[in-house]
Amino acid sequence: MSSPKESLLVIEAGSGRRQFLKDLWEYRELFLFLSWRDILVRYKQAVLGVLWSVLRPLLTIVIFTLVFGRLAKLPSQGVPYAILVFAAMLPWQLFASSLSESSNSLLGNANLISKIYFPRLIIPVSSIMASLLDFLISLALLLGLTAWYHCLPDGRILFVPIFLLLALLLALGCGFWFSALNVKYRDFRYIVPFIVQFGLYISPVGFSSGIIPGRWRLLYSLNPLAGIIDGFRWSLLRGRAEVYWPGFWLSLLLVLLIFVSGLIYFRRTERYFADII
Amino acid sequence: MEPIIRVTDLGKKYIIRHSRRSRYETLRDTLASRAKRLLAMADAPKREEFWALRDISFEVRPGDKLGIIGRNGAGKTTLLKILSRITEPSEGRAEICGRVASLLEVGTGFHPELTGRENIFLNGAILGMRHREIVRKFDEIVAFAEVEQFLDTPVKRYSSGMYVRLAFAVAAHLEPEILLIDEVLAVGDAEFQKKCLGKMGEVAGQGRTILFVSHNMGAIANLCPRTIWLEKGEIAFAGSSHEAITKYIARGAEAQGEAVWTDVETAPGNENVRLKAVRIKSAGGVTADVLIDREIEIEIDYWNLKPGQSLYTGVQVRDKLNSIVFVSVNWPSANLSRDEWAGKPLPKGLFRSTCRIPANFFNNESFSIDVGITNARDEWQDINGNGVISFVVHETGEMKKEYAKGWAGVIRPKLAWSTNLLNEDG
Repeated sequence: MSSPKESLLVIEAGSGRRQFLKDLWEYRELFLFLSWRDILVRYKQAVLGVLWSVLRPLLTIVIFTLVFGRLAKLPSQGVPYAILVFAAMLPWQLFASSLSESSNSLLGNANLISKIYFPRLIIPVSSIMASLLDFLISLALLLGLTAWYHCLPDGRILFVPIFLLLALLLALGCGFWFSALNVKYRDFRYIVPFIVQFGLYISPVGFSSGIIPGRWRLLYSLNPLAGIIDGFRWSLLRGRAEVYWPGFWLSLLLVLLIFVSGLIYFRRTERYFADII
Repeated sequence: MEPIIRVTDLGKKYIIRHSRRSRYETLRDTLASRAKRLLAMADAPKREEFWALRDISFEVRPGDKLGIIGRNGAGKTTLLKILSRITEPSEGRAEICGRVASLLEVGTGFHPELTGRENIFLNGAILGMRHREIVRKFDEIVAFAEVEQFLDTPVKRYSSGMYVRLAFAVAAHLEPEILLIDEVLAVGDAEFQKKCLGKMGEVAGQGRTILFVSHNMGAIANLCPRTIWLEKGEIAFAGSSHEAITKYIARGAEAQGEAVWTDVETAPGNENVRLKAVRIKSAGGVTADVLIDREIEIEIDYWNLKPGQSLYTGVQVRDKLNSIVFVSVNWPSANLSRDEWAGKPLPKGLFRSTCRIPANFFNNESFSIDVGITNARDEWQDINGNGVISFVVHETGEMKKEYAKGWAGVIRPKLAWSTNLLNEDG
């Protein structure tokens, strides 16, 4: 309510595209509130809210350590196997829960979309903030565990934010695609749990990507999570897990491609959301 | 003075595909129909254009209060949705000079798990208030809603009245230059409605520009000097509210949840029987807006013109896709209660049949009603009573204390449930 005569707003077919960036800034408080709501509700609804978000990946880590480390005796690159799995579980869990949340976010907020104007992009982006909080809790837990095993990360840990950003961009890119497709095709939601389940086994979470034969490495890196997970291991395990650079660049390229294409698709379809949701 | 809103040739087109029933598609169906078309087994689905709004032009000056009236489906809400940028127009343009807040529903974004305090902040942000603005008005909002003691209780434990009061209180404290309000006063008890109308009048008095959609002609007349009457997506009349309302009601509009034919010669029907009026009554009044947790009465007044004939009265309720939700006729075996005139030889005169629909029966959707009258030989009288009247069922949150999202289905009956332990430990 600063100056009563603000700039003239013109509404016509296609006008939403022009005011996009200005609107995003204008609605930054709504973004914060929606993120806050999601986090609040998440931790209110389940008594074990925080515990549960940590317990689930921990149990997976235990099982993977037993199956891949103890039974299959896969190489662990000189760190305790549990730490090897944990370092990979961080980005994986972040990706998986962000993807699940953001894919359903538009439908879950259908009421808002059909009654109120705001840049629709706020919805999928704010929905992943709760997952980010879980990630930070898990990261603290991992640091505790490495201290216990006497293998605390070294200075390379400063690179974690870069790989974290990549994981978020990937989750958001997929989230943009799936949330928008979900509005149009309601049966799309069945695909996401499948991707999440399948992805856990084809991504190097339970094992080190070093066990992939060299000539398949580049092909394996077509899964953009492979490069991100390698990056996390490299920065958290004192560089003991090597990064396969050609694969990493390929992952980076794919992440950007998915993010940008997802953003474009989302922006192109968002003006129909209110009509069909 | 420069207009604050200028609308020029605005139009909104929807594409209706006849091959499908719901608004959204499923990937499975799309793939299947594409495959069929590839194999030339089916024609392309029929597409029909439907103009929800067309050629709308008007201007609003700063401080104006403009009423918008019209039947359900005339495009009132679509117009507000375009002006508040929820949906884009297909043609034409609108220029707006100032901060807009739209109030298409009270309590949008309320979360049942959050407390009253948390919801005030969340809802305020959703409606476009700045954080410091909410902080500044917080006490005022709480006092208006009369929920002081329950501020830290999750709103799922609120009664529906408290819920609505809180929701409206937040909305009532918005301070935009332009306020777009859809039929939101149809909620809450009569006393609270009065309070809301008073608040709206106060807001209007502060020189704000208001666009107000309502079925409540009294509220429109009180609040808005000028009114636009929309009919089938076009402006049927624009001018003084008094004139607009008079014209609108004269057209036999169901403005008040009532369709009336005063002339026995031209009313729908034939030489045996003619309709006089069809009315929706709920919560003690005639209204096109009923609350989900109130009983609904459909009153059908008709003239029997042929002494000695026996008649039965029936209704068909249709959903917004025009599918029949149910049919009910006062045949004795299909009647929960007793109807002393049903099927009996009727003297010449005016009769009224009333059909009672229990509370918590419909979902919160819009419905239209067909009226039919049949004689004892099962010959339906030639009454063109299709869609004579329609009504909208509004949410009160009564059945949404555990699950707050939208419920599927056109009806939402409250049914009896019980669970028994049959065998412990399997």
